[in-house]
Amino acid sequence: MMKKILILFLIFFTAIVQAQIPDRPSPPRLVNDFAGMLSADEVASLEKKAVDYDDSTSTQIAIVIVNNLDGDEAGNYAFKLGDKWGIGRAQKSNGMLILISKEDRKAFIATGKGMEGAITDIHCDRIVENIIVPNFKNKNYYEGLNGAVDAIIKLAAGEFVNDVTKEKKPPIGLIIPIIIIIIIALAARKNRNNRGGGVIGGGGWMGPLILGSLMNSGRGGGGSFGGGRGGGFGGFGGGSFGGGGAGGSW
Amino acid sequence: MNKTLITVGIIVAIIFVIFLWIRGFNNTMVVKNENTAKMWSNVESQYQRRMDLFSNVVNTIKGSADFEKSTLEAVIEARSQATKITVDPTKLTPESIAQFQQAQNSLNSSFSKLLLVVEQYPILKTTDAFRDFQVQIEGTENRINKSRDDFNATIQDYNTYIKLFPNSFFAKMFGYSEKGYFKAAAGSENAPNVDFKEKSPEVKQ
Repeated sequence: MMKKILILFLIFFTAIVQAQIPDRPSPPRLVNDFAGMLSADEVASLEKKAVDYDDSTSTQIAIVIVNNLDGDEAGNYAFKLGDKWGIGRAQKSNGMLILISKEDRKAFIATGKGMEGAITDIHCDRIVENIIVPNFKNKNYYEGLNGAVDAIIKLAAGEFVNDVTKEKKPPIGLIIPIIIIIIIALAARKNRNNRGGGVIGGGGWMGPLILGSLMNSGRGGGGSFGGGRGGGFGGFGGGSFGGGGAGGSW
Repeated sequence: MNKTLITVGIIVAIIFVIFLWIRGFNNTMVVKNENTAKMWSNVESQYQRRMDLFSNVVNTIKGSADFEKSTLEAVIEARSQATKITVDPTKLTPESIAQFQQAQNSLNSSFSKLLLVVEQYPILKTTDAFRDFQVQIEGTENRINKSRDDFNATIQDYNTYIKLFPNSFFAKMFGYSEKGYFKAAAGSENAPNVDFKEKSPEVKQ
């Protein structure tokens, strides 16, 4: 009986703990400033760097800035957030999370399970202590984060390649719509011959519409995907975290 | 004639349904059981990682200073005790998990004492090696906590499943029994919290 109460309590408690973690952003973004520490330009610049890196290597480096950790430990919070959002690809677990808590003045770099070999806890510690902390002390938040991302990219060089290349995708995604467009065009022409111009408008619209919906659904591999901005981040892939990483405070 | 045929048909149908039911249960159990074993092996390897790390620290201390022998020996002793306690991953009984946890906790507490002693040796604690150890110890604790949480979640899923009706009945038939959780022992969570980083003069400048 006692045990059951304990287990129930445990479930209840974990539910509360998880409720603090922000939801996955929609549309998906790699750089999420919930505390307003960066300007819009700085966010866009970091986002571009991270998205480019994701495109070429499939390694996802996410930056999340929160107001506070709700009393949780920085590491714990980072692992939970990384798991909840699924940063990194599911098969490779090649996600990285740079977590910043504004009010706690804490920074933590968490490594996905697949990244632990390339980026050790000591590396994370050095990046936090030597790049993030000194910059953050001088309020150079962008420089700190940018430097940290550069350092991670350097360390992870050659670790993963993006085998779901963008060159491969368009043919599969495009051939079917093209065939459909041709069929519709042919049908429209036939209709025109038979009944005059009435249906042409419909035929002309349907093609792009189908094309658009197919392109959207064809994106990426694992988690849930939103529309995203043109050429933007494809979405988190369901990677998991095993407790790797290190942090510090500024 | 017709009646007996119907009766036989119904009996065959019932047996078939029961067969499907049991097969479904058994197949699910095989997967769930395998999962708990996998999660356990993850927990075990994280603890192994910690034991290896402790050995490294002990060896560094041994080599670099005329260090107070008794605390060192206590760690070595606790480590060899902890290595002896193994858990059968196919059973994972609550008793064996508790025993394992106890052995690891006593190793951890003797190691914490060792780190407290290190505090009194400024030459030791300010070295780069110790700064790195500090980071590694933290990382290892994080991994242990994470693997334990994941393990507990898997066990909870397993235990809940075999307690549901009619699974509880089949579970007894096939000999699947409840498995043990890791319990949050008082003090074991915030293991060695001696911080070499903060007090290191090289870092402060």
